Amino acid sequence: MDRRKERIDRGVKARSVDIFALTSYREMIYLLIPGAVPVVGLLCFTPLLSDYWREVIISTAIYALLAMSWDMLMSAGLLSLGQSLFFGIGSYLAGSLNYYAGLPPILTLPIATLLGGVICTVFLLPVLRLRGVYFAMVTLVLPLMLSRLVEATRILGGTEGLTGLTSFPNQLTALFIIELALLGVLFGFRRIMGSDYGLVIKGISDNDRSVMSAGLNIYWYKTQVLFLGSSVGCFAGAFGTHMDMFAGMPGFALDYSIMPVAAAVVGGTGTFAGPLIGAFILVPLSEMLRALGALRIVFYGLFLVIFVVGLPEGIFAYIQRKYQQIERWVDVS
Amino acid sequence: MTDRVPLLRVKDLTKTFGGVTAVSNMAFDLQEGKLLGVIGPNGSGKTTLVNLITGFVKPTAGRIEFKGKEITGWPPYKVVSEGISRTFQMVRPFYQLPAYKNLIVPLYSPRVKKLAGGKYGNRDAVALDLLEEVGFERDAYVSYKKAGALPQGYLKRLELAKSMALRPDLIILDELFSGLSLAEVSSIVPIIEKLKTQGKTIIMIEHRLKELFRIADRVMVLNYGRKIAEGQATQVMESPAVKEAYLGSEAE
Repeated sequence: MDRRKERIDRGVKARSVDIFALTSYREMIYLLIPGAVPVVGLLCFTPLLSDYWREVIISTAIYALLAMSWDMLMSAGLLSLGQSLFFGIGSYLAGSLNYYAGLPPILTLPIATLLGGVICTVFLLPVLRLRGVYFAMVTLVLPLMLSRLVEATRILGGTEGLTGLTSFPNQLTALFIIELALLGVLFGFRRIMGSDYGLVIKGISDNDRSVMSAGLNIYWYKTQVLFLGSSVGCFAGAFGTHMDMFAGMPGFALDYSIMPVAAAVVGGTGTFAGPLIGAFILVPLSEMLRALGALRIVFYGLFLVIFVVGLPEGIFAYIQRKYQQIERWVDVS
Repeated sequence: MTDRVPLLRVKDLTKTFGGVTAVSNMAFDLQEGKLLGVIGPNGSGKTTLVNLITGFVKPTAGRIEFKGKEITGWPPYKVVSEGISRTFQMVRPFYQLPAYKNLIVPLYSPRVKKLAGGKYGNRDAVALDLLEEVGFERDAYVSYKKAGALPQGYLKRLELAKSMALRPDLIILDELFSGLSLAEVSSIVPIIEKLKTQGKTIIMIEHRLKELFRIADRVMVLNYGRKIAEGQATQVMESPAVKEAYLGSEAE
């Protein structure tokens, strides 16, 4: 009897596109592993870390949410260089609801997420017709403008910001809240983009005139994507505010705009898992390089270049391809 | 001629871009079920006319009525919902998507949902059927190939399928045959003839006169944004104005 190598996914793919007619546990496990890794990794592994590294994971998760929000906007061809707009708005919303109205995080988080999404969408509605660099320029400028506005008018605590906000009961609670949000957004966004609705969104970034001539109002779809993306960003901001017990001008800082883009590019755009992986590599890496002092940025930049040059398609696409190429020995009779 | 309301009525339509008049005082009626050919030299305003009717460009003056309803200046998605679909001269597929997934986008439109009685059904199956109708071989790999990797002939067919997916009453084909070989053109002609027998109204912008004249009920000739002749193909080509536009004025 001869033996040859065969890719596992061949048969699985053919039988699992529309109908799930899998023939063995092995095939089911093959399909489930990619989804199980982030769930198990986040929910079971991270609580075992030290307090310090849990803190790192939490701030990583905030960046990961911003990166996935960026990826959502990018799916519709909206290049955002102002993720800090979402972070800042979410942060100030949750902050003032807590500071002035005394609402607990369990209320401020959902309110800031939804209301923040609406506010950011309204802010960007006038420029929704712009594409590419033009849209990017506006998003880059808006958070800078808002932070100067706070400084000049001294509203919302001015340069001091709002301090002494309510924190989460304990670190573990905070960790689980952000991780559940992270998983929800990851699988939710992937599901949306895998549906026919997602095809329309991709169509808009590919060829918007073609979508228009298909009888669809692209501005309405872009508005929906903007709301989805910005409300996730606002959640990240609201969460970060309660974590730091502070809402202020740093919420509009450039870090929150640049890091998500870097994470998405390193991880691979258009996949949501890519930006997440990117954030989980870049943020802890930046923590680990802290010991190097001034040389930190040099090494950090070097790593970025290596990733982008070495894996231009993104880390996630690379892992995905390797996973699909896994082979097993089969008997050929 | 009957005096019933034409499917499409264009009245005094004018479009100027800066100082250039692309379409000037255009007027014509199109009865349901007819195939109107639009010909004219390059830059005579044919594509602008399509863009005006489909809402991609807003007219400077004039009126467009479809099924007796005024649709002048409507945005493209609303025009499509009324039942007008178009193809683009330069094909506009979604290059990243497989060929059949390209059709999911038009199949997702509110118009298709309305016609199906609120249900979408299995769009993938409908898409594959449509591709077969325009000449993609059934069960062949080509339907699953990324649109970016398809040859021109298939891209044109895909473009046609995308406009057919909307189940329009009026289809506007903007130079569907350009860039195709003779064999490819003669394989697409029966598809258009079939659409005609199904009662669809068609406007064809075309440079391939021989094929067009065989299927067109009426032909309209444009030059410098003006209609210079309209009628049966043979009559139109005899008109001195058309001869001059196509061949240039004779030396005296």
